[in-house]
Amino acid sequence: MARKTHVQTTINGEQTEFLCHPHQSLSEVLRDELHMTGTKEGCTTGDCGACSVLLDGRLVCGCLVLAIEAEDTEITTIEGMASGEKLHPLQQKFLEHAALQCGICTPGFLIAAKALLEHNPDPTEHEVRYWLSGNLCRCTGYDKIVAAVLDAAQSMGGDTR
Amino acid sequence: MREIEYAAPTSVDDAIAALAGAGVCRPFAGGTDLLVQMRSVPPSEQKWVDIKRIPEMTSIALDASGLRLGAAASCWEVSQHKGLRETFPGLVEAAELIGSIQIQNRATVGGNVCNASPAADTVPALIAVGADCVIAGPDGRRTVPVAEFVTGPGTTQLGDNELLVELVVPPVAARTADAYLRFSPRGEMDIAVVGAGVSVTLASDGTCTAARVALGAVGPTAFGVPAAADALVGTSLDETALERAAAASRDAANPIDDKRGTVTYRRTVAGVLTRRAVQLAASRATERSS
Ligand code: FES
Ligand code: FES
Repeated sequence: MARKTHVQTTINGEQTEFLCHPHQSLSEVLRDELHMTGTKEGCTTGDCGACSVLLDGRLVCGCLVLAIEAEDTEITTIEGMASGEKLHPLQQKFLEHAALQCGICTPGFLIAAKALLEHNPDPTEHEVRYWLSGNLCRCTGYDKIVAAVLDAAQSMGGDTR
Repeated sequence: MREIEYAAPTSVDDAIAALAGAGVCRPFAGGTDLLVQMRSVPPSEQKWVDIKRIPEMTSIALDASGLRLGAAASCWEVSQHKGLRETFPGLVEAAELIGSIQIQNRATVGGNVCNASPAADTVPALIAVGADCVIAGPDGRRTVPVAEFVTGPGTTQLGDNELLVELVVPPVAARTADAYLRFSPRGEMDIAVVGAGVSVTLASDGTCTAARVALGAVGPTAFGVPAAADALVGTSLDETALERAAAASRDAANPIDDKRGTVTYRRTVAGVLTRRAVQLAASRATERSS
């Protein structure tokens, strides 16, 4: 076994360090080393989006990023979305619209939707569907997810943090 | 064991030195192909050289001398670059068709070319605008046209210790524009059944004075179709010329039968897309002349 590498990074605003093997993905290290299991893994091939995180503000699949690449970057995961007990408006709207059933896709959808609203605070339904096409849901049929994102965008009125 | 050694050099020279190490060394940019390959066929030992920390390789420079597109610039950067969309709309359309937003943020045009899939969207689009690959190696740099760089499904001219540094495209001539159209069952998140890249130049009276037509997913590599371009040059892109170009593309197409389409179907679509891409490029070229 090759030696582990020390990585220093910022996760949800907090300075974090970890040891990893160079072949390990970011989602693997988040879940198995840092025990941040909010980020899910479905396919590990970039198809399902369950592993979505923000890397320096960019929406990426955690399964297709090497953990070692996180050095000196800023990562946002689902664990950083609510402020304490207060849910992010997207989380609140997902609950109100029943936009989740089994929930395995939900963290990925929330992170992807957050990235969308930061990029485009007032998206059309078409833009929401296009942006979320990298996230798969086998339960809801998508309509409720799309409705929740549109409703959240409206309630946030451009304040996308 | 999928043992990987990782290096993240900050200059092309350092990257070349890193690639010269013993064993299998692979340039690593977005990882959207490489990481998936690693999981399906775990390599024995490999060294991955991350090229995203090399400023020259992530930059996009567009000026009077044309475009220099760093091989590690992401598709997202390409699609958000305003001048690039205005200058090479077809090339941007091709880059935008690759994967989801998550993939766009990581995948690179250079990686799409090096992965050398017969269905790669950017390859026909690059051939249509006359792009070259700038390759760096231990003995310096060399330049090869994109159409020659890709040599077969999954294979390129790149030697073991070489690196694709950038794609260079000459400046757009007056009244010239490009277009890329892809046919796939789903609009997004799908792979081309056929792709067609076209560039046309129009004289002030609308006569086509130069053209390039390239097809993807209908042969082992994407390729230019000079006969289709010849059918367009000297015409006003009237119905006869469009049909002759479409017929040339159908003849040049050499597809396989697979779950995405039969040979006959792909040939037919190659003709249809050629015609539509020519019309789209021509309407853009006309806008540019007004
Ligand atoms: S686990 Fe990463 S995209 Fe499916
Ligand atoms: S809620 Fe079950 S996969 Fe989306």
